Amino acid sequence: MRIRPAGEHALLLDCAGPDQVEAWRAELWRRRERGELTAVEIVPGAETVLLDGVPDPARTATLVARWTPHPASPAEPTAGAGGAGAGGVGEVRVPTEFDGPDLAAVAEHWGTDVPEVVRRLTDLRFRVAFCGFAPGFAYLTGLPEGWAVPRLSSPRTRVPAGSVALAGRYAGIYPTESPGGWRLVGRTSLPLFDVHADPPARLTPGTRVRLVPA
Amino acid sequence: MTGATGILPAGTVEVIRAGALTTVQDLGRPGWAHLGVPRSGALDPAALRLANRLVGNPETAAGLETTLAGCDLRLDRAGTVAVTGAEARVRVGDRPADVGRPIAVPAGTPVRIGPARRGVRSYVAVAGGVAVEPVLGSRATDLLSGLGPPPVRDGDRLPLGTPTGTPAGVDVTVGGPFPTELRLAVRLGPRDDWFTPEAVRLLLSTSYTVSPDSNRIGARLTGAALPRAVAGELPSEGLVLGAVQVPADGQPLIFLADHPTTGGYPVVGVVTDVTALAQARPGTTVRFHGPQR
Repeated sequence: MRIRPAGEHALLLDCAGPDQVEAWRAELWRRRERGELTAVEIVPGAETVLLDGVPDPARTATLVARWTPHPASPAEPTAGAGGAGAGGVGEVRVPTEFDGPDLAAVAEHWGTDVPEVVRRLTDLRFRVAFCGFAPGFAYLTGLPEGWAVPRLSSPRTRVPAGSVALAGRYAGIYPTESPGGWRLVGRTSLPLFDVHADPPARLTPGTRVRLVPA
Repeated sequence: MTGATGILPAGTVEVIRAGALTTVQDLGRPGWAHLGVPRSGALDPAALRLANRLVGNPETAAGLETTLAGCDLRLDRAGTVAVTGAEARVRVGDRPADVGRPIAVPAGTPVRIGPARRGVRSYVAVAGGVAVEPVLGSRATDLLSGLGPPPVRDGDRLPLGTPTGTPAGVDVTVGGPFPTELRLAVRLGPRDDWFTPEAVRLLLSTSYTVSPDSNRIGARLTGAALPRAVAGELPSEGLVLGAVQVPADGQPLIFLADHPTTGGYPVVGVVTDVTALAQARPGTTVRFHGPQR
């Protein structure tokens, strides 16, 4: 892990892959809960964790460099319980109707047929790596190397809310209707973002996710 | 518009003329970026805080942010209003009123905030604050995610809270002068090593121009393109306010309050204080300098 500067109030932890990101995210969240870290935001990315709203980044960098995160296992729930949006709590099963318009294209990329794509997607264990793009939009890791699928060359102007989709080595679910270039494989009626819920996002960083047939 | 927090609002403010883009803003909703929720909030928070202090509100109260064209309002009962930010003509009924001072407004009398003569955004605070329903702790309109109330439209009636403080007589007036050339302090990183040394030299030594495509999400600049040392896509990573992101065309973009929480283009540096950009019109010259100068 390498610490990079990000302005006068932030630090970017540059990690070695998604498991180290999750380990650091959970560690930093725990430390903040215990009052050992002051940061307004702890924002995981694909290979980084951003600490923003840090009063003294130089001092915090020294502190963070001394810490060792507990390793995150893809199969294990990670810590971070407590606090709004802490995430990492348990497993969310997403009831999915596998009828997406891009299923056949994904099958072709994977060199198989549609029933096998559905079987693979329901067998996989996903984990929320990070959120972005829209409130409650979770990037799910867990697709093996070699199963990456390219984005659409021309994004759709309207992707319905609840669309279950793939792009690169991520799966994701559109919480609200929006434009989008991911490959649509199915849809769910599970509400993913509700401003009145605590936390407002159903899929928070660290949460394990399984797609199950609806 | 819906969403009074109380049973009955302590009053309402009617929007007679919404202008080009008028939104409800407070100090935003920090703390939710890990769920993809942008910070949002006033682009010129110093001006909103001042307007709130002038009318006796807590600095965190919600007010209105106008864009270039001002707006016209009417209170359903007598109250105190303050206008800050851009240089603009303010009239209460037939009489002129000052920017940066509390204004006593009789019930039903139109308050007209004219177009910005210098700067871009006026802030209007009303005693009691705009009391639309908060979303994740904030009443701010977020134009990127759609959280918070939609931009106000002609005829909207917004609920007001109960005034809690006494209007201030005098306060430090912030805002202005509105320079035609901004000098912005920037700290390099986190991804300055994705750019050539020449790119960093260009960023710190040439001038850029604020593009008309700028909005609450970011100030787009045009000028010398910044050449990359590392090709390819950056894995998505968290973004901070003031991040100078460089998309594929090499033209820098400085992120403002409604910025996305993560992005896939490298950030060459971070601007220390973006407040001046809230009032920078398209065509304004921007020069960057390192924090040491």
